[in-house]
Amino acid sequence: MIERAHVLICSGSMCVSRGAKSLRDEFEEHLTRLGIREEIKLVNTGCVGLCEQGPFVIVYPEGVFYALVKNKDIKTICEEHLYKGRIVEKLVFDETINENKEITAFDEIKFYAKQTRVALRNCGLINPDDIEEYIARDGYRGLGKCLLEMTPMEVIDEMLASGLRGRGGGGFPTGLKWKFAHNNESDQKFMICNADEGDPGAFMDRALLEGDPHSILEGLMIGGYAIGANKGYIYVRIEYPSAIEKLKIAIAQAKEVGLLGENIFGSGFDFDIEIRLGAGAFVCGEETALIASIEGQRGMSRNKPPFPAAKGLWGKPTIINNVETLANIPAIIFQGAEWFSAIGTERSKGTKVFSLGGNIKNAGLVEVPMGTTLREVIYEIGGGIPKNKQLKAVQTGGPSGGAIPESLMDLKIEYETLIEAGSMMGSGGMVVIDEDNCMVDICRFYLEFTVEESCGKCTPCREGTKKMLEMLEIISSGEGTLEDIDTLENLAKMVKNSSLCGLGQAAPNPILSMLDKFRPEFESHVVEKVCPGGVCKPLIHYEVLDNCIGCTQCAKNCPVDCISGSVKQLHHIDTSACIKCGVCKNICPVDAIITV
Amino acid sequence: MKNVNITINGIETQVPENYTVMKAAEELGIDIPRLCFLKGINETSACRLCVVDVKEMRGLKNSCTLAVQEGMNVVTDTPEIQDSIVQNLQLLASNHVFECWACEREHNCELLTLMRKYNVENIYGENKHFDKKPRLINDSSDSIVLDSGKCILCGRCVTACEKQAGLGILAFNSRGNETYVGPALMHGMEDSGCIYCGKCIQACPVAAIKEKSNIDDVLDALRDKSKKVIVAAAPSVRVTLGEEFGSDIGENVEGKMYKSFEVVGFDEIMDTNFTADLTILEEGTEFINRIKNGGVLPLFTSCSPGWINYIEQYEPQFLPNLSSAKSPQQMAGVLAKHYYAEKIGYKKEDIVFVSVMPCIAKKHEAGRPEMESDGVRDVDFVLTTREYARLLKRKNIDFMNLEDGTKFGEIVKYSGAAPIFGATGGVMEAALRTVSEILEEHSTPIEFKEVRGLEGVKEATYTVAGMQINVAAVHGGISIKEFFKKLKRAKKQYHFVEFMACTGGCINGGGQPIHPAKIQDNVDIRTLRSDSLYAIDAGKEQRKSHLNPVITKIYEEWLEEPGSHKAHELLHTTYTPKKFYK
Amino acid sequence: MKSLDDLKKIRDKAQAKVTMRGKNDGIRVLVGMATCGISAGARPVMNRFVEEISKRDLEGVTVTPVGCIGECAIEPIVEILQGEQRTTYCRVTEEAVDRIITEHIQGGKPVQDYVIGKYRL
Repeated sequence: MIERAHVLICSGSMCVSRGAKSLRDEFEEHLTRLGIREEIKLVNTGCVGLCEQGPFVIVYPEGVFYALVKNKDIKTICEEHLYKGRIVEKLVFDETINENKEITAFDEIKFYAKQTRVALRNCGLINPDDIEEYIARDGYRGLGKCLLEMTPMEVIDEMLASGLRGRGGGGFPTGLKWKFAHNNESDQKFMICNADEGDPGAFMDRALLEGDPHSILEGLMIGGYAIGANKGYIYVRIEYPSAIEKLKIAIAQAKEVGLLGENIFGSGFDFDIEIRLGAGAFVCGEETALIASIEGQRGMSRNKPPFPAAKGLWGKPTIINNVETLANIPAIIFQGAEWFSAIGTERSKGTKVFSLGGNIKNAGLVEVPMGTTLREVIYEIGGGIPKNKQLKAVQTGGPSGGAIPESLMDLKIEYETLIEAGSMMGSGGMVVIDEDNCMVDICRFYLEFTVEESCGKCTPCREGTKKMLEMLEIISSGEGTLEDIDTLENLAKMVKNSSLCGLGQAAPNPILSMLDKFRPEFESHVVEKVCPGGVCKPLIHYEVLDNCIGCTQCAKNCPVDCISGSVKQLHHIDTSACIKCGVCKNICPVDAIITV
Repeated sequence: MKNVNITINGIETQVPENYTVMKAAEELGIDIPRLCFLKGINETSACRLCVVDVKEMRGLKNSCTLAVQEGMNVVTDTPEIQDSIVQNLQLLASNHVFECWACEREHNCELLTLMRKYNVENIYGENKHFDKKPRLINDSSDSIVLDSGKCILCGRCVTACEKQAGLGILAFNSRGNETYVGPALMHGMEDSGCIYCGKCIQACPVAAIKEKSNIDDVLDALRDKSKKVIVAAAPSVRVTLGEEFGSDIGENVEGKMYKSFEVVGFDEIMDTNFTADLTILEEGTEFINRIKNGGVLPLFTSCSPGWINYIEQYEPQFLPNLSSAKSPQQMAGVLAKHYYAEKIGYKKEDIVFVSVMPCIAKKHEAGRPEMESDGVRDVDFVLTTREYARLLKRKNIDFMNLEDGTKFGEIVKYSGAAPIFGATGGVMEAALRTVSEILEEHSTPIEFKEVRGLEGVKEATYTVAGMQINVAAVHGGISIKEFFKKLKRAKKQYHFVEFMACTGGCINGGGQPIHPAKIQDNVDIRTLRSDSLYAIDAGKEQRKSHLNPVITKIYEEWLEEPGSHKAHELLHTTYTPKKFYK
Repeated sequence: MKSLDDLKKIRDKAQAKVTMRGKNDGIRVLVGMATCGISAGARPVMNRFVEEISKRDLEGVTVTPVGCIGECAIEPIVEILQGEQRTTYCRVTEEAVDRIITEHIQGGKPVQDYVIGKYRL
């Protein structure tokens, strides 16, 4: 009896944290009870990107997308849909119901309409713990083609022709980097996968490692063949235990069938992959610090030149590629550089995965062709901003990037255009900022991160980021002056120019970008002592409006008892005692408390 | 070696292709500020002060490790670079505790020099809105102190301990702006595995690492009318003390040194050089005994306390090889209190013995429990060369303009074999002069040049009284490690090995005057200083320890003969294995 | 893994695992499985489809239970979807299943004896 339906349950870390693990047990229980367990294939799969709707369950062959699934819903799904064939409409993702009230397959919904899934091609469609499913979807055919039909130089030429650029943030042409390493003679070379994804809020690499680990292995091997390396390392941050597990399983399975190890495909090419774990340092995502960490040294960045392609791990030519870059490579080799370079723009080929977050309806992972506009991503894919708030800016590139104001929303996403707008692609973080945010506060948030993560080696980054953070705190507290803003800007420029590595060089970017595009907001904090976004606690206070109904909920819940008023009477907040926690604002049933 | 053409500040020049931009600029006389660069030791480009603008390279690049390339166009003095230097100095100043008037490095602090040069305003340090990093002072050991309040995290000490001492005791703890330098987990230095060689101190551009100070102890003793304070200086001090007052490197200022002791108010002036001769007698006799009676060979010298710290902690199984003779410093203290005190009519309890040393490990040595007899310590206080110079400055003594003085008393005459103790190979050469003559029973050559020089492990073989004696002179932690590897698998039987913890010997000790990194990179300080010592030796009429008439007198009058029971009681010691935290 | 052929073998075998997912261009067999269908005996009909398709190793054919199709009096109802074409069979028996597979799915010609038109009287 072969299965007549496939039920895919997301096992990415996001959904697991919302309780996805127990869904599978529920399915087991109910399907067995109904006697149809043998007919249904249960598959734990990777992330499909609609993270706001997780945990999800997709039922094939119809492609029905059940969203926000809870344990108690499984009974219904099993009895109604799987047993009786009636789709449970109330559990289906509302965007899959079209104008004619028909339930459409999930890949037909608006969210995916403008997406092109290349790197994420297998995520959400296969069981990552089963190498056969990867092979069924053309896995390892790219590697086979390389080893048996192409020379290393031909592989490099194909990468150059595809126009693939590093997806970790650098944007350096992958083929060119491989060429340097290829041309450097050495008795030993190394491939390294940089899976130390550290940008706060970014999880593109995590989704790939959890959802399609074999694509990384294949990418590493193709790279190894091209440059002449027989050993690969995957440096994974230790905060990704699920990804580490999945990689271990994938490596073991690949070894079992002879796709990793000696004489792969009988071509004479050997390759071995080892996993190395990070230990909680963002700076180890910087390639020279990463190399130091693998060598067992303290994770501090080193001077470049020499570049790793010439002298890297243990002094040997080394190529470090980002997870997303590697995920693209098997597809490029198998389907051809021409196919890949037809996607995207002249200068930026292919697609990019973004982790869309902040004030946006459809937060999650999206993969779009380069050249898609920010407006399309935010409104057509992202579903726009909740509560119909005004869009203020979009922050790209995490703590290394800058803010792109609303006026530039029709900007086509490319490496160069983002830099010209004062930001950068980074690893793919995209945070939507609405009118209720303060740019000074956002800078402060990013600098807090950078200060914590600076390795401490060089003066400008170690000391300079701390001072920039302190200056932002001074400004946001209302005690700053216009002079302080100038000092901040000068310091930021110096830190950017003089720092030893990318962490320090990019740390001032949020500040420089916000000062360039939103300077009036900074000035408002120091001149008028007003926070336009209504965020900076020392500069705001809460007031109760006339439409107060005297329900006393705010007073009852205030943690410092600073609200006075009797039943059915207008209540009053004692601003001097208020700690600005916002509980009263959230709890008021008639929205009578506002930020001033 | 090919040459390349580059342009710096508009000046075209040709330099070898292995030059860095900084070196090329230096040769053109263009000054580039630097704080963390120490050639061959610390080349991490951490301070970012040496940045330059290179056409077609993005951002500012550090010139200290940037290799020159054909056609490079470098500018070192744009307004942007000036601003970068000033801002980085402001950042370094922000956490620095400024007490320059009381600071040991006030006269040669590399940070202060740059602060002055660039006229830097301390905008953060004086502003209450900015947090100061908590100050951690690690001073539980008796010889060395770490002060984070002065530290600029350049990393020079960390790599010096790794690459010169071969031990790696110091490391960065924590991360980012909470980084502190110290042993792992900020443990105390006293059982961190440190041997107190002080290479870290020599590498530090500021006063973040220094010796534990005994200046005030000595000043108190001098003021105490009931005590007689006797001072003795090591061989190396007389050729380096002047450097703290601007003399040439290695200039022999022995006369001024003696005069300064007098002016400061010491009651008696002895000389450790004398007890160096005495050490040769004791150790040489010990060696001859072991050769004749099948004792443990090879015999290891024992006058370098840093070396004793090393062997006790790292190679305790070789303790039986050590000579039991105390170091010249300790012997001098013993002589002063148990022999000389009587002669000048003082009770040994009323003598305070001060030793001026190029070394910080000597402080620990003086404090060892076993270094006492009859309830009196052999040595009471040790001052490093630097400390003594500072004492002179505090007393406003114009050192370089002093007339030559002399030592007091009888027991101070020394042979030429004594001053060379301060150089690596010196102890071996001094011992060979005496031992060869005693064994051969006739006059033997004076000079044994094979054991001189800066090579890490120097080996030689001499035929003495028909026997083949294999000797070696080893200096510096790295060479000591190497030598032990060799020893453990050697087919060769060594007979006599000299060990010194500091590369170059005592003249490069942890207590010696410190020169800025630029000078350390370009001048062979060790050779200049040791050449001076060998010059003193060559100028002496009497160049062999056992022919020093005063030495003969000491044995006749007091010690009977080398290796006697009395000598063993007073002038010999024992060693114990020491553990440090793992 | 010694050659591309080895890889192809695994791939072909594993195809069955994944073809059902993603865009479906093959033939879809929909079996009415509402209460009326079940009580009319639709379960054995569906099982028969699944068994036979597996036995005959047919690629690209999926079998799905669906809700009430509407014509409750003439259950069990089976719909064959092929691109735009939709054929509705009723009063389907297990023997009918074999014929539908052989003549329609494999042969390309609907089995007129069971097509709904015949019953719309």
